Amino acid sequence: MRATLILANGAVFQGESIGSTEDRICEMVFNTSMAGYQELLTDPSYAGQGVVMTYPLIGNYGVNSEDNESRQPWVEALVVRHLSPRGSNFRCEGDLGSYLKEHHITGIQGVDTRALTKILRSQGSMNGLLTCAEHFNVQEVLEKLKAYSVQGAVARVTRQAAEVFPAFEKERYHVAMMDYGVKGHMIECLQKRGCKVTVLPAFTSAEEVLAGGYDGVMLSNGPGDPAENAEIIREIRKLYDSDIPLFGVCLGHQLLALATGAKTGRLAYGHRGGNHPVRDLERGRVFITSQNHGYVVLSETVDPAVAEVSHVNVNDGTCEGLKYKRPRCFTTQFHPEANAGPRDTEYLFNRFVEAMGGDR
Amino acid sequence: MPKYNDVKKVLVLGSGPIVIGQAAEFDYAGTQACRALKEEGLEVVLVNSNPATIMTDKDIADHVYIEPLNIPSVTQVIEKERPDSILPTLGGQTGLNLAMALHENGTLEKYGVKLLGTSPESIRKAEDRQGFKDCMESIGQPCVTSEVVESVADAVAFAESIGYPVIVRPAYTLGGTGGGIAYDRASLEEIAERGINLSRVGQVLIERCISGWKEIEFEVMRDSVGNVITICSMENIDPVGVHTGDSIVVAPTQTLANKEFQMLRSAALEIISALEIEGGCNVQFALNPDSYEYAVIEVNPRVSRSSALASKATGYPIAKVAAKVALGYALDEIPNAVTGVTKACFEPTIDYCVLKIPRLPFDKFTTASRTLGTQMKATGEVMAIANSFEGAVMKAIRSLELNVRALKLDKLEGLYTDEIEELLVNVTDERLFVVAEALRRGFSPQKINSITKMDVWFLDGFKRIIDMEEELKRCKGEPDEDTLRRAKEMCFADSYIGTLCGMEQSAVKRLRERYGIVPAFKMVDTCAAEFDAQTPYYYSTYDGENEAREDGSGRKKVLVLGSGPIRIGQGIEFDYCSVHSVWALKKLGCETIIVNNNPETVSTDFDVADKLYFEPLTAEDVQNIVEQEKPWGAVVQFGGQTAIKLAKALTDMGVRILGTSSDGVDAAEDRERFDEILQKCDIPRAKGRTIFTTQEALDAAHELGYPVLVRPSYVLGGQGMEIAYSDRNIEDFMRIINMTVQEHPILVDQYLMGRELEVDGVFDGEDILIPGIMEHVERAGVHSGDSIAVYPPLHLEQKHRELILQHTRNMAKHLGVIGLINAQYILYQDDIYVIEVNPRSSRTIPYISKVTGVPIIDIATKVMLGEKLKDMEYGTGIYKESSYYAVKAPVFSFEKLTDVDTGLGPEMKSTGEVLGLAETFPQALLKAFKGAGLKVPKSGGRAIITVKDEDKEEIVEIARGFEEMGVELFATAGTCQVLLEAGVKCKPVARVSEAHPNISDMIASGTVDLIINTPTHGRRHESDGFKIRRMAVEHSVACVTAIDTARAMLTVRESSRSEDLRPIDITKI
Repeated sequence: MRATLILANGAVFQGESIGSTEDRICEMVFNTSMAGYQELLTDPSYAGQGVVMTYPLIGNYGVNSEDNESRQPWVEALVVRHLSPRGSNFRCEGDLGSYLKEHHITGIQGVDTRALTKILRSQGSMNGLLTCAEHFNVQEVLEKLKAYSVQGAVARVTRQAAEVFPAFEKERYHVAMMDYGVKGHMIECLQKRGCKVTVLPAFTSAEEVLAGGYDGVMLSNGPGDPAENAEIIREIRKLYDSDIPLFGVCLGHQLLALATGAKTGRLAYGHRGGNHPVRDLERGRVFITSQNHGYVVLSETVDPAVAEVSHVNVNDGTCEGLKYKRPRCFTTQFHPEANAGPRDTEYLFNRFVEAMGGDR
Repeated sequence: MPKYNDVKKVLVLGSGPIVIGQAAEFDYAGTQACRALKEEGLEVVLVNSNPATIMTDKDIADHVYIEPLNIPSVTQVIEKERPDSILPTLGGQTGLNLAMALHENGTLEKYGVKLLGTSPESIRKAEDRQGFKDCMESIGQPCVTSEVVESVADAVAFAESIGYPVIVRPAYTLGGTGGGIAYDRASLEEIAERGINLSRVGQVLIERCISGWKEIEFEVMRDSVGNVITICSMENIDPVGVHTGDSIVVAPTQTLANKEFQMLRSAALEIISALEIEGGCNVQFALNPDSYEYAVIEVNPRVSRSSALASKATGYPIAKVAAKVALGYALDEIPNAVTGVTKACFEPTIDYCVLKIPRLPFDKFTTASRTLGTQMKATGEVMAIANSFEGAVMKAIRSLELNVRALKLDKLEGLYTDEIEELLVNVTDERLFVVAEALRRGFSPQKINSITKMDVWFLDGFKRIIDMEEELKRCKGEPDEDTLRRAKEMCFADSYIGTLCGMEQSAVKRLRERYGIVPAFKMVDTCAAEFDAQTPYYYSTYDGENEAREDGSGRKKVLVLGSGPIRIGQGIEFDYCSVHSVWALKKLGCETIIVNNNPETVSTDFDVADKLYFEPLTAEDVQNIVEQEKPWGAVVQFGGQTAIKLAKALTDMGVRILGTSSDGVDAAEDRERFDEILQKCDIPRAKGRTIFTTQEALDAAHELGYPVLVRPSYVLGGQGMEIAYSDRNIEDFMRIINMTVQEHPILVDQYLMGRELEVDGVFDGEDILIPGIMEHVERAGVHSGDSIAVYPPLHLEQKHRELILQHTRNMAKHLGVIGLINAQYILYQDDIYVIEVNPRSSRTIPYISKVTGVPIIDIATKVMLGEKLKDMEYGTGIYKESSYYAVKAPVFSFEKLTDVDTGLGPEMKSTGEVLGLAETFPQALLKAFKGAGLKVPKSGGRAIITVKDEDKEEIVEIARGFEEMGVELFATAGTCQVLLEAGVKCKPVARVSEAHPNISDMIASGTVDLIINTPTHGRRHESDGFKIRRMAVEHSVACVTAIDTARAMLTVRESSRSEDLRPIDITKI
């Protein structure tokens, strides 16, 4: 079946329908990772978005039940050059095409993904409609696209009830993970380090968190515009005003910055991929990181009395991490938990464990 | 300024002659490194014995020494030039071993030379088998269970403790030379013995055999700050068991999920960090296809063949960045040349699929064993870029220059299905085609996987290609738009689609153009379009946006065709010529566009030409580029046979061929037309006939009288050429020649035995410039590429020089040559006979350019654009002779190729060459021998002489010479008798077929320094001579197979001493 992708700038791409045939309006973004599509599909940070894979051969190793980053896929639409009809890998349990269908993800293949990526890079991320309809009124579509924005995404992806994950091996700490759209591997990175993790719904009050007897709080990643989460930001401020160790990643990083007076802005086309170089200013060297964000903390709005920039993106100089003056509090824009992407910065979880008291 | 500000003058070591396992990739890496150093304002001293390289140009380094790559000669260069540092990691294993040896013997310390980049301790850790194992153990990286042994007995003991099969890997050898898989005690004993002999340190590693696992490679980079990145991941389609150089490789990895991928990536980075590499490094893993279990196979702490591939696959200039890292720069201080805005400290991400297929020499070595194993056999490789796996496969196949255009070998079609199944088990260069044939016969990918262990994903890809063939066949006429589009998206050639559908190629093209199915060119930009790229590096696809850009400068566009994969007869010299032509054209104000498919070359570096198209060199693929670029002209003279074969097609496309027209090319190749010209010019040549059938060949031979030379026309490097002495020989050769389809007639010529002379010239339509005349040491009958060539000629009368000048000029004029001409002559009975003329660049151009100081390619390019020789500074006629002697000696890779006869003949066998440059001929010759690694026996040494009857008379004086030098002589019965009768002291030795102890025991004992054995006629492998020659190779004993080479050896010993050799800076000539 034929599928069509219409972008907000009027560009039209035609290809073959894969996955669901339902119409989807979403914010189109591109990701440059060459592997890890299943992790991307199930990363809650992609809620409300459609993903264009720049690597042309997708689905090669199929799908399995181990590589999910959350309870379900969140990507609305998937755009690929070639979908592999079947996967080949010792863990493969099914093919990607069937998975997309099963999870109602609308998809298209046979698209010049490079041309599409160039549009998103040069004109910025924009909304798009993926449809299998043979006939449509472009003008109407464009108006619908104009009206769409990713809203209330955190509320959509967060857990409704707390969930506890035991530490692997000996339990040393108990961490509260604020679920703004947390990825499974972020939880695992703590479990591996002797932490019992209680994942709390995003809207849990600070009082409740602080009364929970946790050794530290982690502010997770998540979708959407950070500035729209006023309520959450208020609660985070209270956590910040306590002395509990805090570690924020991606959306968590942005929310804490907003809670402490800094501002966030939108990147033209975001950072999404597994090859972003970030300089750790303290260690004086560069690490390759996994990234997935469209918004960024504006370095110049960070009050030096509150925090200093600890990590910088080598490509565009944007803020990649903050070290707060308040003790035991730091955040990163990139994803030290990786999945998909390199694990080079997983050491930051060690720092968090140290902040909670180290080996005990 | 470099980060280390005490670095001012850097010594760079090249990798020496091209051999299997160490090819053009190091010219590419070395050239890029030298340019990077010069960019930093450093003075560069270069040593490389290989004259065909671009790196040994005056433009590339400040001081260039084409000297043997051994300790004494490099020490002399250090003494003379006093560099403050040395860059050891860009000259392959040769350069690295040499630098390590100079470090270990204290030379570097003595002269205050600092090793740049990775420390010697780190190199030792990575290179030494046990050291490496210990290091991996200390960081918890699994290696394959293995043990280093120094004796066959220990090898057997260990193998029996872990169980067969085991892999044997010799330490410190090129491309795994001498290694192999042993399935039982007997084979282990044989392989281990060979490996121990070949290893520089007498060690081999015996390891658990994990063949069948996936082989995954990472190219990684680390700087002195500790920043680590991976440049490219690669997956071998051939699982572990086949040397990576002989494997079909895809980039990036295709069948690894993120988890496995990151596991191996992290391991690679941990390893490079633990080894404290500063620069590029290659890490190879074996991955169990059914689990997360993996093992580190090998680490190369230097730039390698894989890094050349990774550079071209991603656009990331590894050698350049590695050189800067060695100077102390951090990766985030080095700009990314592709985007111009980002830094070198990032990981390239690609949005296409890259496939490399090795080019194996079995089309030349028809008798060699085609089995692939842990010992590399490929001479070169091709790379293809497409946005699908199938597309990359089809393009790579077309690039191989093997007369195949699809996954199809005609000879497999006639086999029974059970035979195909049997063939699937054998790992050979043809297995890819066997797999395709099996798919055609209905084998499922799973079944093939169970036999070959190739991942099902790749087999599915091959199957889609086969299914597309079937779909096209079913069309029986014009395919519909959808089918045609899908076929083109898989990069099927129009000609192949035509064959399948029963249409003319041109009709297919018209049809697809009607459907709007036209090529679009995409850019290679390191970043999958995430940043705006500056690099005009393109590949074709059949969909979507066309990114090829015009620079709007209005310069004349010139298309330069490259030379494709390195193979016997077409080596690195043609890349030298192509690159120089590009540089000359740029200087003349032209916009240059290069087309090539060889990832190992300088020409495919994206900053050499104004535009690079990484595409197959077939008429159709080139036409796509022509239609895109609409060049003002095209240059075909410099890309060897690959490029010149396209001359006619380009002319038909309406492209102006700069220089000699395609008609001129044809006139030189067409026997009858060429004879006419010779007659007109009154130039003598050996009598000959043009024939098609064996009977005609026999008739011709009888008429001309034996011996005769038999060869196909339109060939490279004497492919299929043989001297026939009898009807039986003729029948043998014709059978071999006819194994490939002959579109052109076969030539049978009278064989004249005389001195062979060779010239390269430039003709501008009126005048000719001959930079120099070369004389071959071996008489006619040994292919010019395999002969030792001397410039200037030793004793050539003026009248003969004039005849050569006159003949060359006349032929050039009548052939309509504009640009280069190469001619070979025989001085026979006081007259000059022409053997062959090629209106194109030859393999001697780089060598002659360097020793005479005449920039031949530059001049030829100017001439092709209309300039006249008389207006240039080099004059006309024969250029003045240099005061130096330059001797070019061939280098072979016989130790890599079992079952190849090492005897020299009219068919070329060498893979590379070295140059010896000195004030006297014997000294130059000695340097050439040293460079080629050919040891001349000393007093007290031992030589075995066994020659064919025709040579027995001549050998006497040579033998006497060796005797006088104090060499102890042995000979087989016939030869011995002749020598004794002539009064030469000599001991008899029994033949191979006679009772022990015989000649083979003597060779195996390691007490022989030289064997002189001239091959008897024919190609019989059961002959004694063949066995002796192979044994010599396997035991690393010098074996000379031409009487003239033996005589040359004597010349060296009689009149030159190693102590007298002095290094010569060719930039000062």
